[in-house]
Amino acid sequence: MIRIEDVHKEYKVDGGKDVNALNGVDLEIGKNEFVCVVGPSGCGKTTLLNIVAGLEPYDSGKVTMHGEDIIGPGPERGVIFQQYALFPWMTVRKNIEYGMKFLRKKTPLAERYSREEKSRMADHYIDMVNLTGFEDSFPKALSGGMKQRVAIARGYAQNPEVLLMDEPFGALDAQTRAQLQEDLLQTWEKEKKTVLFITHDVEEAVLLATRVVIMSARPGQIKEIVDISLPYPRNQATKLDPIFIEHRNYIWDTVYRMYLEIRK
Amino acid sequence: MAAANGGDAKPKKPRKLKDFSDGGKGTRLALNSASIIVGILLWFLITLIPTINTFLASPKQVYAALLSESAANGRFFKDISISLQRVLIGFGLAFVCSIPVAFLMGWYPKVRSVVEPWIQFFRTIPPIALIPLVILAMGLGEAPKYTIIFVAAFLVMVVTIYQGIKEVDRTLIKAAYTFGATDKDLFRDIMIPAAFPFILVGARLGMAASLTTLIAAELTGTTFGLGARIQGAQQFMDTSIVLLGIITIGIIGFLLDKILLLIEKRLTRWK
Repeated sequence: MIRIEDVHKEYKVDGGKDVNALNGVDLEIGKNEFVCVVGPSGCGKTTLLNIVAGLEPYDSGKVTMHGEDIIGPGPERGVIFQQYALFPWMTVRKNIEYGMKFLRKKTPLAERYSREEKSRMADHYIDMVNLTGFEDSFPKALSGGMKQRVAIARGYAQNPEVLLMDEPFGALDAQTRAQLQEDLLQTWEKEKKTVLFITHDVEEAVLLATRVVIMSARPGQIKEIVDISLPYPRNQATKLDPIFIEHRNYIWDTVYRMYLEIRK
Repeated sequence: MAAANGGDAKPKKPRKLKDFSDGGKGTRLALNSASIIVGILLWFLITLIPTINTFLASPKQVYAALLSESAANGRFFKDISISLQRVLIGFGLAFVCSIPVAFLMGWYPKVRSVVEPWIQFFRTIPPIALIPLVILAMGLGEAPKYTIIFVAAFLVMVVTIYQGIKEVDRTLIKAAYTFGATDKDLFRDIMIPAAFPFILVGARLGMAASLTTLIAAELTGTTFGLGARIQGAQQFMDTSIVLLGIITIGIIGFLLDKILLLIEKRLTRWK
């Protein structure tokens, strides 16, 4: 569904030499796959996500979705940011409805959804992320975990074919993160989507993903792709499964070795 | 037992660290009012000294001036209303003009590059310095006052609002794009509401600048207005009217700021 072919990208850094953020990255993501990308910081994993989102240009290569070039952001590719990116002047409900603002029905006439339809859909997604009762709160009144839930509900309400998640749980405490991982798994099992998920947390990657992509830094390249052969549904207890532990140890070891190499 | 640390040592209280809070509301209001009362009392006491009273009227004299000035043939209210009118017209024009200019600067880098040097240049010049030119060009009517206030308020507001637009969270902009927003949608749905708090802050700064500039502008070449009244009273060494004018300006400034602050609180409850 999404094809990334030989993508190169360099950053110009003030006063320093150019950083080779991505150096010949190839990746194919199939429908309803949950792909997690892990790697040491500076390996260009966020750059990769931004390129697929259409938020950043790249120097050479090809990025396509259903065979069509990605030339900019679009509602068929929803993005969940680490910093939530909720509009602070909108209530929870308004934020979620804004995700649907430019959405068109998949009919020949393709008109936009009516106010009532949007409101009904917003209710559905607010309920899905367990935020019933907070519809009229402003983001400032919510905890980090709740904010990210709103962002996830908004991402789902946008009804994209692909969800691009950039370390969405990176800023949360361990318990909230565990909770949101389970919620995301449940949501994803209920309403399947193609997901590209960036994280530096190896456990998180193995718990969520159908495939884990390991990237190396400087230059940013794909080092290895690991199929996670654990069945769904998964939850925090899955972390005790020997297969989980084996995957986790292997990936963790690979990432840590690369980290040590960069430090040298 | 107690002797262990040298007799009956009192239990140590935890040290209170500065937290830069406002303190209790009750204490704050009590201290605010006490401060004002003590201030007026001190003012009253020092004006009991005759040498000081020759150049500083006492509270009683100022009160008497207030009564005589606001009496039927006094000009107090006329001064106030004409000064307010100048401030509100000059400020209003500046408000209406600064918003589009700031947005154009924030939106189009080319507009910014053309406009910014001029704004930076004029920002360092006190608007009062322009008075001679403005009077030569526009005469002694109301227009030069509006113009001077306009310049002062406009510069402050453009800079503040433009700064706000420049600092709109980039992630919000990216998010809007990923929902399918066009540039037009982005401007209407994100830039305007995100810049809104800065528009209100700009308005408060602009209002303060209007008031200061107005009084200075009225010190020359006009017969009515609070600034002119102060200037006139000085020539007759009537310090009670000078002080009355000063206090009135202070109160007007305070009230105008409070009104804007109230609007700000109302409209940006989400902050």
